[in-house]
Amino acid sequence: MSDKQQEHTHMHKVNSTEGGREDALGYDEGGVHEHSHHHGYARNEHIHGHAAADQVENTYPHEHEHGGYDHQHHGHYHNHHSHKRGETILEIKNMNISFTQYSKGFRQIQLPVIKDLNVTICAGEMVAVVGSSGSGKSLLAHGVMGILPYNATMGGEMYYQGEPLTPKRIKKLRGNEIVMVPQSTSYLDPLMKMGPQIKKGRKDEKTAKKLRTIFKRYSLDESVEQQYPFELSGGMTRRALIATAMLDDPKLVVADEPTPGLHMNVAKRTMDHFRELADMGAGVLLITHDLELALEVADRVVVFYAGTTIEEANAEDFAHVENLRHPYTKALWQAIPQNGFTYVDGVQPYVKDMPRGCPFGPRCSYYTEQCSESIPYQRLRNGYVRCCHAK
Amino acid sequence: MNQFHIRDCVTDMYVAAMRNSKEMKMDKEKSLLEARNITFQYSKDTRMILKDFSLTVSGEERMGLVAPSGFGKTTFCKILAGYEQPDAGEVLLDGIPLSSYKGYCPVQMIWQHPEQSVNPRLRMSEVLAEGDEVEPRIIEGLGIEADWLNRYPAEISGGEMQRFCIARALGKRTRFLLADEISTMLDLITQSQIWHFLIEEVQKRKIGLLTVSHNDELLKQVCTMICNLEENAETPRCS
Repeated sequence: MSDKQQEHTHMHKVNSTEGGREDALGYDEGGVHEHSHHHGYARNEHIHGHAAADQVENTYPHEHEHGGYDHQHHGHYHNHHSHKRGETILEIKNMNISFTQYSKGFRQIQLPVIKDLNVTICAGEMVAVVGSSGSGKSLLAHGVMGILPYNATMGGEMYYQGEPLTPKRIKKLRGNEIVMVPQSTSYLDPLMKMGPQIKKGRKDEKTAKKLRTIFKRYSLDESVEQQYPFELSGGMTRRALIATAMLDDPKLVVADEPTPGLHMNVAKRTMDHFRELADMGAGVLLITHDLELALEVADRVVVFYAGTTIEEANAEDFAHVENLRHPYTKALWQAIPQNGFTYVDGVQPYVKDMPRGCPFGPRCSYYTEQCSESIPYQRLRNGYVRCCHAK
Repeated sequence: MNQFHIRDCVTDMYVAAMRNSKEMKMDKEKSLLEARNITFQYSKDTRMILKDFSLTVSGEERMGLVAPSGFGKTTFCKILAGYEQPDAGEVLLDGIPLSSYKGYCPVQMIWQHPEQSVNPRLRMSEVLAEGDEVEPRIIEGLGIEADWLNRYPAEISGGEMQRFCIARALGKRTRFLLADEISTMLDLITQSQIWHFLIEEVQKRKIGLLTVSHNDELLKQVCTMICNLEENAETPRCS
């Protein structure tokens, strides 16, 4: 854990120094900036129109009562979205990540942690990747951001706005067009005041003004800018982290397990903030273990089991169990306390002893010979499934 | 007159003794964990976390605790399990102060973050050995696989680690179990799996259970009674 954190802060620093170097070398930073600004503006207008409409119907999510988070509300969100599902922002095809480990002395072994992962995110859309702990879902975020540890190798294809997302390209994009909201609040630099940290050293009035607007929207006091991370509560730090992401008008937001250890209401509110980012036109990739929470805000849900995507469903599909496709997803649904609170025996297989074919096979009641072979990821009822028995 | 008075006193004592022994017999059948007028704050300059708070859980009960964030649920569990001493008030197990129980504490707490409650330098088998002669039946029932026992905490997932933490708390002298948000980090199936096992186990062994959770639906499934701390009123309900 701490290794990962170090890795991240390290990357962060590398990033900022790079920016500095670019400046010093006289790269046409201004040009780039202008360009992104242009985009920002176009989108901003969009936002304003949108926000105004939103304000008429309901105030910002963090201001209204969360007890009344009814289904109607969702329905409204979803309908809203299917209309303006824009261009494809990120497309991940058959991603696989494996680790090199030493076993018994100097013998190296490859541990395939993620295999055949497929996710597509469009502009204005929020896609949740839901998987249990130990399914390797954090690695997906690190893979997209290009911050995997040194002993990991990644394969497959990744496209950002239609063009391959190479390590070189992600280095340029991360921190401005592509941002990540990390899992732990300890990713912040403890020795830096919040304001400068969020602004990444920029001191111009425009940035300062924008930050004030963002702070206002997330009900963070202006004095927070002068505070150090340890002076903020858990919920405030979360909001500050999202503010960090918002400052640059990101096109893709990767949120890695953003709500652990948060109280239900705070967690819901955090999710609403991500929903807002999507409503403003960004693509949001939400990585979480909390299916119930994800269903409240996401448009689509990708179910992740033992390092593989086994189903992709629309959030509405979870209203009725018959609409779901994979037996594991159905079992997940039935395990929700109000949906029966049932369970299936066994545990998710460990990477070292992964069964052949379907990873859920050994726990599945529909298991047949066929399941131990390679199973294609196929389209079914407006979604995808990796199961030979799905109907 | 005097004589009469003395006789009266003796009778009183006799009755009291009888009642005591009767109560003790009853206690043996039904254990009680009581928090009496607990007041607590971490240091003088911080806010008062609990003030004059009382709660009783019996050994046959599965009580759910609901309270807003920052109420002091975890602190309360820590006091009940003897990790913290209250500034005022007392914790009684069967009428006797918890602090007078020497050795293994009959009130065991399962923490919200398993990765923070195991020693990272111990193998999982050694983590289990910290418990009180945990029966193989429990280890099996929680779905702990033999292969995991040789691993270090960093080599297993949070869900797997929580199973160990639960097993560790279910030692043979455990009589009360405090579960503080133990399934928030688990996926739904594992959550259901673990709770089904726990319910069966505490029922069989007549272990009292106090569950803290923000998930009302989960509490309805797990508990025999739910106590809402905000109103400080007990609302008994059947599940």
